[in-house]
Amino acid sequence: MGAEFVSLSLTPMLIGICAAIACALPGNFLLLRGQALIGDAISHVVLPGIVLAFLVTGTVAAWPMMLGAGAAALVAVLLIEAIRRLGRIEPGAAMGVVFTAMFAGGVLLLEQSDTSQVHLDVQHALYGNLESLIWLDATGWSSLTDPEALRALPPELPRIVLTLGFVILFTAILWRPLKLSTFDEGFARTLGLPVRALSLGLVIVAAIAAVAAFDAVGSIIVIAMFICPPAAARLMTDRLEAQIGWSVLFAAMSAVLGYVLAGYGPLWLGGQHAISAAGMIATLSGVILGLAALFGPHRHRSGAPADG
Amino acid sequence: MLIDALTLQLGYNASLVAIGAGLLGIAAGATGTFLFLGKRALVSDAVSHATLPGVGLAFILMVALGGDGRNLPGLLAGSALSAGLGLLCVSWLTRRTRLSADAAIGAVLSVFFGAGVVLLTVIQTMSGGRQAGLDSFLLGSTAGMLRSDALIIALGGALVLAAVLVLRRPMALVAFDAEFAAAQGMNVKRIDLAMMGLAMAITVVGLKMVGLILIVALLIIPPVAARFWSERVDHVVLLAGAFGGLSGYVGAAISATAPALPTGPIIVIVAFGLFALSLLAAPGRGVLAALLRHRRFQTRVHLRQGLLALAQGQPIYEPLTLRLMRRAGYVRADGVATEAGRAKATRAALDERRWQMLRGDPRHEAAAARYDGLTPLERVLTADQITELDRGLGPEAAR
Repeated sequence: MGAEFVSLSLTPMLIGICAAIACALPGNFLLLRGQALIGDAISHVVLPGIVLAFLVTGTVAAWPMMLGAGAAALVAVLLIEAIRRLGRIEPGAAMGVVFTAMFAGGVLLLEQSDTSQVHLDVQHALYGNLESLIWLDATGWSSLTDPEALRALPPELPRIVLTLGFVILFTAILWRPLKLSTFDEGFARTLGLPVRALSLGLVIVAAIAAVAAFDAVGSIIVIAMFICPPAAARLMTDRLEAQIGWSVLFAAMSAVLGYVLAGYGPLWLGGQHAISAAGMIATLSGVILGLAALFGPHRHRSGAPADG
Repeated sequence: MLIDALTLQLGYNASLVAIGAGLLGIAAGATGTFLFLGKRALVSDAVSHATLPGVGLAFILMVALGGDGRNLPGLLAGSALSAGLGLLCVSWLTRRTRLSADAAIGAVLSVFFGAGVVLLTVIQTMSGGRQAGLDSFLLGSTAGMLRSDALIIALGGALVLAAVLVLRRPMALVAFDAEFAAAQGMNVKRIDLAMMGLAMAITVVGLKMVGLILIVALLIIPPVAARFWSERVDHVVLLAGAFGGLSGYVGAAISATAPALPTGPIIVIVAFGLFALSLLAAPGRGVLAALLRHRRFQTRVHLRQGLLALAQGQPIYEPLTLRLMRRAGYVRADGVATEAGRAKATRAALDERRWQMLRGDPRHEAAAARYDGLTPLERVLTADQITELDRGLGPEAAR
């Protein structure tokens, strides 16, 4: 637990924690608004965006890809809304139509284009590669104050920290309007709050968080973190403030425990190789949700019989 | 090349895949209709993602028992078990906790998929067993598909289709109104289970060809597209089956023409094309039909207002009204009313006066509710009633 930990595990862990929290924060509101699956849809549709960005720029640079992914997410949200309105189709089905078609388009584009020179494939998009985000220049805890070593940090870390900061800022500044419009949209509208803009803004923030997290850790974590920690937190409390707190705690717990289990678990069991950290983090968030569903103090619907 | 593929001239394997995909598509479209009508389309997304850990566990188990890890029936049995478990988790979370259905779906989807990915990486590190090949369950793969694999897909599709035919009445009833179905003495829970079981069967059968991420598209897109063309369940089921079958068959044929055209995504894109066509061109619910309807309504309103203006001798300034009046031959190019226009205008004015009379008369309350400023009174009242009404208008009405 010294130099090796700092250079091999510290940065992936930090990135995992930041990504998990950045997704869980907007996830709370999406969950309460009945839009929990938006995260699922977004994480599918970023694939065509990323592939298109690659085709346009010819490199796997981060910023064009994030822009492409963000644009794809926006297109998807608009398409879902358009199909829902024009075709009078229920939102779930409209979402299903859009994200599967866009994902299929992304896979097709990927197969059609020559990506043999670069590391860009569907598997990578799904699982991410948390384990590879190591900090080679670190020699120990002292490196944290060494500007020379800090410069060699994996660029995903400052990006995800920035994104997390933005998400926290958004939530903090718009706290009251968000809370109001989430629980009572009609009342919020009579107060003159721009309800539709808030709703769209929330989706956009979710998309930004999803895209940034996706860049670092792949889409499984994104989907899991949008839903599992907020859902588990929802079973713990009736107050939104407390729910947010629980969800942040659960997200961080999943990230840390999942990473540790994936990295060291097989070694403890006598295995040789680490297993997928992204998958393990998602699994752990599910375990937490399962425990909350079994023992959470507020797991029942209010008014439902205690044993029901 | 595409013609060859569509007429099954591209060799034994490609033909097998195309026919299998067609059957799978028909079964998926028909099954998906009931999920869609019951507003539960996305449950299939959770089910399909939940197959992954089962595939991984089945592989590990088969290798541990000394067999071939890639035995397709074994893998499919494993995927069915874990998909069933996922389904149970969704329904347990929705019924026993305060979480809504979409949260339960998302949670099951991501957690099962994550667990599956963990198992896949475990398999990668296992020394025994021929690895690889399991990744193909993510996006499907028809390359090197065996005759037995195709037979399993075709047979599975046919079985599901038969079950849909037998169960279509109760499933439609439950999808539309579960409480009514329960009052009719139906076992809603069991029918629900059958519906989900069929969706699960489609997912498992289609896993090898379309892959678990995209199989849900075959369950969702064809029914949504079919819904545009009909208001009757039977027709929607048939159409969805046809759309699904067409997507499967054409998609597989297109993908057989070139190496870089993966079957699953192409099938989904073809299905989406059919959906886009339906959204635009379907009569009744389609966008073009709605535009036409709007346009016709607009024309009627403008003509009516123009005629009333003529009758009162007022000038018309509104450009669209003027254009429509001119095209109908009611006014000349300089805006002066023609003979036909004056006659029409008189009739419109009379109609309007009769309506006013009618709306002031409590005896005609029901008829008055139909006033929209457009409907001619002749469509609402009989000739006798109108004569009766005209008496109140005095000598003016005889004009």
